[in-house]
Amino acid sequence: MAKHHIQTTINGEPTEFLCETQQTLLDVLRDELDLTGSKEGCGTGDCGACSVLLDGRLVCACLVLGVEAAGRAVTTIEGVAQGNVLHPLQQAFLDEAALQCGICTPGFIVAGKALLERNLNPTETDVRYWLAGNLCRCTGYDKIVRAVMNCAAQMREEASHG
Amino acid sequence: MGNEQATFRVVGTRPVRPDGVDKVTGRAAFGADYQLPGMLVGVVVRSPHAHARIKSIDVSAARALPGVQAVVTAADLVDLPSEVSSGGEAPINFRHVSLNVIARDKALYEGHAVAALAATSTAIAAAAAALIKVDYEVLPHVIDVLEAMREGAPLLHPDLFTTGVAPAPAAASNVAGVTEFSLGDLAQGFAEAEVIIEREYTTQPVHQGYIEPHAVAATFGADGTASVWCSSQGQFMVREYCAKLLGMDIGQIRVIPAEIGGGFGGKTTVYLEPLALALSRQSGRPVKMVMSRGDEFKATGPTSGTHVKIKLGAKRDGTFTAGEMTLKYQAGAFPGSPAFLGGMTGFTPYVFEHAKATCYDVVSNRPKSAAYRAPGAPMAAFGVESAIDELAQQLNIDPLELRLKNAATAGTRTLYGVKLPVVGYVETLEAAKAHPHYSAPLGPNQGRGVASGFWFNIGGPSSAAIHVNEDGTVEVVTGNPDIGGSRASMAMMAAEVLGIDLAHVKPTIGDTAQIAYSFMTGGSRVTFATGKAVIEAAEATVAQLRGRAAKMWKVEPNEVVWREGLAHCTRVDETTRAPFTLAQIAHQAGRTGGPISGNVSINAAGAGPGFGTHLCDVEVDPETGAVKIIRYTAIQDVGRAIHPAYVEGQLQGGAVQGIGWALNEAYLYDAQGCLLNSGFLDYRMPVASDLPMIDTVLVEVPNPGHPFGVRGVGEVPIVPPLAAVANAVSRATGVRMTDLPMSPPHVLAQLDRAKTAS
Amino acid sequence: MAVVILQSDFARRHTGGQTTLEVNASDYGSLLAVLDRRYPGLAVSLGVGMAVAIDGEIFPTPLLQAVGPDSEVHFLPVIGGG
Repeated sequence: MAKHHIQTTINGEPTEFLCETQQTLLDVLRDELDLTGSKEGCGTGDCGACSVLLDGRLVCACLVLGVEAAGRAVTTIEGVAQGNVLHPLQQAFLDEAALQCGICTPGFIVAGKALLERNLNPTETDVRYWLAGNLCRCTGYDKIVRAVMNCAAQMREEASHG
Repeated sequence: MGNEQATFRVVGTRPVRPDGVDKVTGRAAFGADYQLPGMLVGVVVRSPHAHARIKSIDVSAARALPGVQAVVTAADLVDLPSEVSSGGEAPINFRHVSLNVIARDKALYEGHAVAALAATSTAIAAAAAALIKVDYEVLPHVIDVLEAMREGAPLLHPDLFTTGVAPAPAAASNVAGVTEFSLGDLAQGFAEAEVIIEREYTTQPVHQGYIEPHAVAATFGADGTASVWCSSQGQFMVREYCAKLLGMDIGQIRVIPAEIGGGFGGKTTVYLEPLALALSRQSGRPVKMVMSRGDEFKATGPTSGTHVKIKLGAKRDGTFTAGEMTLKYQAGAFPGSPAFLGGMTGFTPYVFEHAKATCYDVVSNRPKSAAYRAPGAPMAAFGVESAIDELAQQLNIDPLELRLKNAATAGTRTLYGVKLPVVGYVETLEAAKAHPHYSAPLGPNQGRGVASGFWFNIGGPSSAAIHVNEDGTVEVVTGNPDIGGSRASMAMMAAEVLGIDLAHVKPTIGDTAQIAYSFMTGGSRVTFATGKAVIEAAEATVAQLRGRAAKMWKVEPNEVVWREGLAHCTRVDETTRAPFTLAQIAHQAGRTGGPISGNVSINAAGAGPGFGTHLCDVEVDPETGAVKIIRYTAIQDVGRAIHPAYVEGQLQGGAVQGIGWALNEAYLYDAQGCLLNSGFLDYRMPVASDLPMIDTVLVEVPNPGHPFGVRGVGEVPIVPPLAAVANAVSRATGVRMTDLPMSPPHVLAQLDRAKTAS
Repeated sequence: MAVVILQSDFARRHTGGQTTLEVNASDYGSLLAVLDRRYPGLAVSLGVGMAVAIDGEIFPTPLLQAVGPDSEVHFLPVIGGG
């Protein structure tokens, strides 16, 4: 069967790709576009390692078909930093030692950033429930939750001065 | 350099890890992230049966499908003899490794690989896999460890005769081996007891649950040499195992370690790598293979499910008089469960004059167990620490006091015979007693559990190379995959010895052609053993730097000392000699003898044993049986924390894995021996909303066997949680919990049973 | 005389159950040779998958390790890890 020609926007850039019907957005990102920052931990939407934003909404790229990206905007981990300037949440993950092996980190950062875009004053419970779709086997989540909370506090501080 | 060194400049600080930016931006390349020109997709065909004879495999239809480039079966690997080899580190039977990678005559568990193929696309590979016809004769299977030990149980291996018993058995069985450890006179010990606790406990197999599935890219050249990119806990292990299974020389294979997305012991062996190599050898093209999560659960190693029997004797004042444990551990399809390690660790936190452990290694139709964080120790500790809690309740003694009364210290003889060196167990108990957590009030339906744990920590072979660059920046190359931040600690130890800024030290993980042999990242050994190699390499570099400075000053090397990153001349005469910086010496290296580097390979001895004590508060919902962890504190003797944030992370992560083991995680099989919950939805690992913050206390009793006092830290923290949680639930409900996992239906059933009984 | 202590299952198979043996040797290599003369096959058996602890310290490379007259030598399974 002929491949589909898809026009979309990825990390702000107009992007075209060819994909088969059954290819997931994750397959397309990783295998066709070399955006390997999104990870496949399960392929069933249970681990969140492939978290991306689709028109600003947090989704598992393994549960979205490549063809569904047509005409929409996709943000992946590669689009979180502005050039070489890290997003405050990326910096917070580094400062708090919120990663050990690092495989789940892109998903957590995409998901955490999505939370902070909606709620810059989350409680610990808010953070824990928002991130409940992202699995981390290394950290026990403590430092990840702290990184998100500290980042929110810092961003609030900056917003109040800005 | 002694570890009495009072102050450190770099050690003990919390810098950003050197590989951090790559990992928060998605740039770090993990196992599945490698792409080579012309690369094929490899897939594995797996047995749908728990136990079946493979009568024939017909690959012709698959091979004929356009796009299929290679098909392999066990016939493509070397038919190795069954023998235990001790060539590497731990003893290993490569026939078993090979048969686990791909079945030869029999499939021994659901998901056991029987064939593999490579094709030009994922879709073609999947279609071809469906065309491989395997003619199976389904055999009776056995899943449960006690069932497998019964006479008349379906036999997995007709040539398996129990080792460690005399006389040697005449008939084959599923009991691969019995290991015994004993101390003193058990009968006398129990005769002296005034109270005896005797209980049986069970734990379920649990998966390491790393988020990154096994993944490999391999290419086999026409000259017979091969390169492998993969995620593992040891590139040298992958190289050796692949060479053995494919009949190659070690020197023909180069293994380039990818970033590793978690391992916890589960990546200390090979699954896909030999198959990818065999497929590449046949097709002449690079082959990539990535395991699905379902296959991870069905075909890679969980740790053993166990049946544990504990008998504990004590005086009324709490003094232990005797301890006995009988451990029956599932090995999975091939021998090699960590039962003996349970036997060696369970009683080690305590002084016992009379004790015994009998450890059974039992095969059944499950995936072969693999190492998992302090292999074997958590299950034995679950029994021992639960029995101690019950004893504390019976004697009305505080559980920490009871442990303090019996705590092992330097010189205590362990059940495995060796006397303990300097250890900090008592210090962890004292820290637990003093922690505000221990005296915080509890509400209704809440309970507090206490448990301790021990792990040996290991040393072994490690290599490190330090290269001084022309501008005085420094490269540190080691051979151990960085699984949890070890690049940071390697760089920090080098910076400490060299006396330079951490920013000027760049740590790299070398591939098998770039650095000398290093044993795996495992056994909590890297910061200790590889760290020791790094320190020695840095010291060798300092010796060279002093020599070069001496040449520049035209004095003797022993007239130069190295202090705070500077060479100082100690000769006192009319010449003023301003100290040289490392950069100044590096600039002149060409004129003073060429490049400056330090290369060290060691077999590190002196690993310091580790002890931890955990406090856990739970609230149990009496209506649903649901257990909520409301507070958790992990306390551990870490020797010396090089990067305390990553040490805390080890304690937190280990504790949470233990909480998952205690509360949720288990393998569920149907009547045909097929796994029912082979995904993260039904194999329920803890998520963020299940947990509170995990408090940590780092107790530092320096290990005399390491220049900075480092002890391994990664494994101890998974040993106490099973009992810490169970003791908390038992105290909250008044019903003793002896079986894991304590899932809501299980807890509810126990509460109902207790209600009916009373 | 150094004291060698074997696990009971080893003792059952090789020494008729005797777990404590006295051996006169100055280093580990010669100790192993003495043991093997006394109990043929024991050294080979101890060589596979067993580690050695001399006076409490587990040695990964014990071959030339000194054994004192009051030393205690233990054989134990090789310890790995996760």
